[in-house]
Amino acid sequence: MATDSMVHQHDNNSDALWEGGQEPFKASYGKLMMWYFLLSDAFTFAGFLIAYGALRFSMPTWPVPDFVFSTLPGGFHHKPLIFVTIMTFVLLFSSYTMVRAVQEGHHENKRGVVFWMFLTVLGGAAFLGCQAWEWNTLIAGEHMTVTVNPFGTHTEFGTYLEGDGRDIKAGDNFKPGDSYLIHKDNGEWKNLAYKVTEGENAGMTKNLEFGPKAFGALFFFITGFHGFHVLSGVIFLLIIMLNVATGLYHNRGNKYEMVEKIGLYWHFVDLVWVFVFLLFYLL
Amino acid sequence: MSNLTYEESKSVALRIILLLGAITVVEVIIALLGKGYLVSGFYLPHWLVAGTMIILSFVKAYYIVLEFMHMKYEVPGLVKSVLLPTLLLVWAIIAFMYEGNTWGNKRSLIQNKNKEAIEQVTPSTPVAE
Repeated sequence: MATDSMVHQHDNNSDALWEGGQEPFKASYGKLMMWYFLLSDAFTFAGFLIAYGALRFSMPTWPVPDFVFSTLPGGFHHKPLIFVTIMTFVLLFSSYTMVRAVQEGHHENKRGVVFWMFLTVLGGAAFLGCQAWEWNTLIAGEHMTVTVNPFGTHTEFGTYLEGDGRDIKAGDNFKPGDSYLIHKDNGEWKNLAYKVTEGENAGMTKNLEFGPKAFGALFFFITGFHGFHVLSGVIFLLIIMLNVATGLYHNRGNKYEMVEKIGLYWHFVDLVWVFVFLLFYLL
Repeated sequence: MSNLTYEESKSVALRIILLLGAITVVEVIIALLGKGYLVSGFYLPHWLVAGTMIILSFVKAYYIVLEFMHMKYEVPGLVKSVLLPTLLLVWAIIAFMYEGNTWGNKRSLIQNKNKEAIEQVTPSTPVAE
């Protein structure tokens, strides 16, 4: 008898705890789990970016970002950082429109949520378009692959003995730290010959060597993983936008919490881009 | 959620996005200026450029997480349970940068040793003949 009543009492207490009356951290289950998912995703991205840092630290030279990422649509060359700055602004803007969508949700303004979410989708799609263009330039135009990195950095003073018919002419001088791109014409790599003019190897004739192999793999893998996050974000934004439009979240009466959750994810994608931008393009 | 009114939170969001945009512009200008693209012949020391970039990126991360993701308005327990684990990364970064540096040193050591071996063999060849 005594145990019976104790069990009963225990059940009553747990009812109060587990029937949804008290939320841990005053956040709903979905929102809390989104936060912990993002925490784990942050560790995944941090792992990749730390691997990038360690490999970069271990190499005597590394491709100079201002040289690698200096092309703009419309045939512009030698415009360092401009295109990727535009990409950053596109993503930042879509983060702002996402904040506005969440705010309209708290304000119970269905039309507002759809409008701002639609702008966010456009921003995400524009970012993906920019990234597609950047990848296309690197793969189709400059022939960078996961295993071949045609971007190198000189470590000696020298003079080119032949030109590549583009930026380099025979007789051009270079100094340590100058960048070069090995072109591929008709399926053949043009590892230009040059003569070392100063230092212990002065007088020697050498050919341009490929840059650190890891660069291509790290670039495609990390920006690709980020781009895949953006892509899945755009898909989820579209689905949730349609659900908002049909009035699903309005009927739930929880101030469009689903919009808030996808908003957390979307801002996280922007947050990761801050660090990808820092490590790949700025440093 | 925050206790800001609808109008207040709208103006906060606008202020933050303008700030983030401004920080990005400053970062790009410092990067281009420091590497001599804007004023010819003018360079900034590499550590200064890199240090500024890293600090400004963390400032951007701070505003994205605290304002855009509303971390500022969550209860302390949630904030701690999400932010404290990321401190583990501090050690990961230190350890792997140290490790990467060691790989680099070992690689140049091997290259130097290979060069030494070649130099020792070359003069002895005529003697053997």
